Amino acid sequence: MGSLGSHAARIPDADSIRRETGFSQASLLRLYHRFRALDRNKKGYLSRMDLQQIGALAVNPLGERIIDSFFPDGNLRLDFPGFVRVLAHFRPIDDEDPGIRDPKEPEPLNSRMNKLRFAFQLYDLDRDGKISRHEMLQVLRLMVGVQVTEEQLESIADRTVQEADEDGDGAVSFLEFTKVTMPSGLGSGCQESLGQMHMGKAVRRRWAEGEG
Amino acid sequence: MSGRGAPGPRCGLLLALLLALGALPRVRGVEEQSGGASQGFQVVSFKWHHVKDPYIIALWILVASLAKIGDLKVGLLDFLLFGSLIAAVDPVAVLAVFEEVHVNEVLFIIVFGESLLNDAVTVVLYNVFESFVTLGGDKVTGVDCVKGIVSFFVVSLGGTLVGVVFAFLLSLVTRFTKHVRIIEPGFVFVISYLSYLTSEMLSLSAILAITFCGICCQKYVKANISEQSATTVRYTMKMLASGAETIIFMFLGISAVNPGIWKWNTAFVLLTLVFISVYRAIGVVLQTWVLNRYRMVQLEIIDQVVMSYGGLRGAVAFALVVLLDERKVKERNLFVSTTIIVVFFTVVFQGLTIKPLVQWLKVKRSQHREPKLNEKLHGRAFDHILSAIEDISGQIGHNYLRDKWSNFDRKFLSKILMRRSAQKSRDRILNVFHELNLKDAISYVAEGERRGSLAFIRSPSTDNMVNVDFSTPRPSTVEASVSYLLRENVSAVCLDMQSLEQRRRSIRDTEDMATHHTLQQYLYKPRQEYKHLYSRHELTPNEDEKQDKEIFHRTMRKRLESFKSAKLGINQNKKAAKLYKRERAQKRRNSSIPNGKLPMESPVHNFAIKEKDLELSDPEEAPDYGAEMGGGIEFLANVTQDTTATDSPSGDTGSDVPLTGRSSPPAAEKPPLPARSQWPHAPSPAPPAEGPPAEAPPAEAPPTAPPDREPGAGPERRGLPGAHARSAAARRVHSRRSFQRPRARRRPALLKLSSLPPSCHAPPHALEQEETPL
Repeated sequence: MGSLGSHAARIPDADSIRRETGFSQASLLRLYHRFRALDRNKKGYLSRMDLQQIGALAVNPLGERIIDSFFPDGNLRLDFPGFVRVLAHFRPIDDEDPGIRDPKEPEPLNSRMNKLRFAFQLYDLDRDGKISRHEMLQVLRLMVGVQVTEEQLESIADRTVQEADEDGDGAVSFLEFTKVTMPSGLGSGCQESLGQMHMGKAVRRRWAEGEG
Repeated sequence: MSGRGAPGPRCGLLLALLLALGALPRVRGVEEQSGGASQGFQVVSFKWHHVKDPYIIALWILVASLAKIGDLKVGLLDFLLFGSLIAAVDPVAVLAVFEEVHVNEVLFIIVFGESLLNDAVTVVLYNVFESFVTLGGDKVTGVDCVKGIVSFFVVSLGGTLVGVVFAFLLSLVTRFTKHVRIIEPGFVFVISYLSYLTSEMLSLSAILAITFCGICCQKYVKANISEQSATTVRYTMKMLASGAETIIFMFLGISAVNPGIWKWNTAFVLLTLVFISVYRAIGVVLQTWVLNRYRMVQLEIIDQVVMSYGGLRGAVAFALVVLLDERKVKERNLFVSTTIIVVFFTVVFQGLTIKPLVQWLKVKRSQHREPKLNEKLHGRAFDHILSAIEDISGQIGHNYLRDKWSNFDRKFLSKILMRRSAQKSRDRILNVFHELNLKDAISYVAEGERRGSLAFIRSPSTDNMVNVDFSTPRPSTVEASVSYLLRENVSAVCLDMQSLEQRRRSIRDTEDMATHHTLQQYLYKPRQEYKHLYSRHELTPNEDEKQDKEIFHRTMRKRLESFKSAKLGINQNKKAAKLYKRERAQKRRNSSIPNGKLPMESPVHNFAIKEKDLELSDPEEAPDYGAEMGGGIEFLANVTQDTTATDSPSGDTGSDVPLTGRSSPPAAEKPPLPARSQWPHAPSPAPPAEGPPAEAPPAEAPPTAPPDREPGAGPERRGLPGAHARSAAARRVHSRRSFQRPRARRRPALLKLSSLPPSCHAPPHALEQEETPL
């Protein structure tokens, strides 16, 4: 596949994307090819339908929401920088030289906080900064099989919100969300999953957690 | 390792082993010291240290007397021969064990693939060394070694080629068996076996031939042969396979009892056992290290442990060793008895202990804290998110090559090898729904029979009162739903240790426990966890297809809704959404079906069946559908609401009429592929298309045009209590049955279909154009 090297020049704004997202040149190239492969009609951008064509997403309970997260603010087109920006959230965390990073620059896209914020946005559909009980119920409904009755779902949603809610407003704010998914004690399942929430490590972690 | 000289190397090894043994008490003593152990132990360790040397010597003398080493008439080549056949991992044993252990599919494929493909290596090495032994150790030259290496390539590649040729032949033959269905299974068996025999005859690798024959022909043969033939082949193969395994191991056991062949040599046996484990582990670790540099998803320690521990020897080794000639290999009996012992040891001991070992390893790595509800839920959500991101970014698999292959396959191979009708319905999504149909129909009939044969007598006119049993929804039980039966296999045993512990606490915590239990059981599993590809005992490995189906239906429904809402405008959407929600809530309350989701499955089937029309007619006709937004919307509106309330025929006629009355579509094109390429034009004609639907006058079928939605929903709601009386399966079967009718009116159906979201084409399972998690 020696011809791939020449394609690097074709990626528009490669440098600025690289700086913003921190992907390496090789990863960027691979993502660009993936972008082109997904863009079946060679439009130059991706539409919702292109992403919906990915079969595996149709059997992912959160598939629709994730597709929506690629199209913020009602956009209909997804260009390559936007595509990479979302995927950058899941780049493995660089453990090297945290001290050298300029504190004035915005946090890198794949920092823990940003990952959590991404997940939070998937839950919080109306963007009010809180996950209400209703939104939690909707997410639960997506993720649970049809055997569970509506009453059970509601009670689960209630308890989930209660567990996380500290200031008693009946909704889970982002801070409460971070606290409950990353407790400051020893590593929890969530924290591990979050810390390792980057591509290539998911399989391993699931294997470790058992088949449950 | 020559037995002719002094038993130097062997003794050296034993000495090293014993030194290690001797070192142990000392090390343990140190640890205890740091942990603050008693004085007594220190004294003991001190003592050990002093008596170490005599202890070792005594042990060595003991073992040496048992070993009888130095007594063997074997040379280097004989050992090499033995090594080549004892190293081969056996596919049968591996399969059996891994089914118990439930490893993830990557691991399964690695080990199973290794055991299949190492046949080539084993056979080649075995033959090479046997010929060397025949020649005599001194006459082996460098040329012979080179010839040996070359023969490896010839054997393996030749075997593969033979298999592929026969696969081609088989696919071609099954293409023409449309009128003589009964000989299809016969052909499958005979031609596959032929590939095996042919490669045996040519001294090529027979297992590779038959493996590749199966791999290559599977796709085409499955498409070409009938359902019954496929079932016959599958069932017969499983029967033969289990029979053959049993016979092999029985033979192994019986021959072990034959005193004539026994020759025991403790050292040899022990060393063999030790070496095969140790060297296998070394080999696995080395190769994994090399592989991991090129893999996205790394193979880690637990995988390596499973791979090395799961390398069981079995019948292949035994068969090869029995074939040895006494005259050429003098110590044949020794080899045979050692092989028997090795096989027994690996199969029994390793096979039995691998499952606890794996579980112990997993448990060690998992968390010991009790996860809270939130963590479980969010943890699972993160898993799903990650799966989705991986799929989007195509991290798994090399799609470039796969795309090229599937293009080549589609253009040339399928045309030659697949029956014409099979080519058209190749779309996976149709297969899924086809299977769904079958399964529902079978279970529907089965349930009817269970309740007494009167239960499912149906006539077209009495559809609303199909049978007494189905029509009385029992609030307590959910037996009225056939689909519930389908899901009854969910195990009732709660293996969630945390929830069991909490039982000790208060009532609130019993609620907690119930919640945990529910979540544990019913949360959808992310993709990598659940795909078990192969099962020896089940005909159709299936459990998690239900999960796929449920999620797929939900997704499709959502897409339809969003598609509708995007076209109709936000106001309409809100009203419709409210009504929709209300009617669903009502349905849920009334019906005994939990979550009330089942009735909505039928719309998706409608699309599937109608899509079939589209695909079928595509090459023949030149459909001139354009971006028929208006017709599409109405069709969707009709279908979604109709199939739950009224009989589908009226729904269909209702939806057909407005379309035939529609004026010509704007921007009609002739896309090469169905609807997919229409989609980019969809957003642009949306604004003009929104005009026509609002004006559309058809008032035939009750809920047709969007403005009529409210009054339309009214009669529908009233119709509900009667409608849901039918079981979900009955509705589904019935609604599907009626779809034979639209076939006659192809053109309107085509017009409808043009506006279907192409996502309907997207298969839920890996299609050739998508990556599979490998």
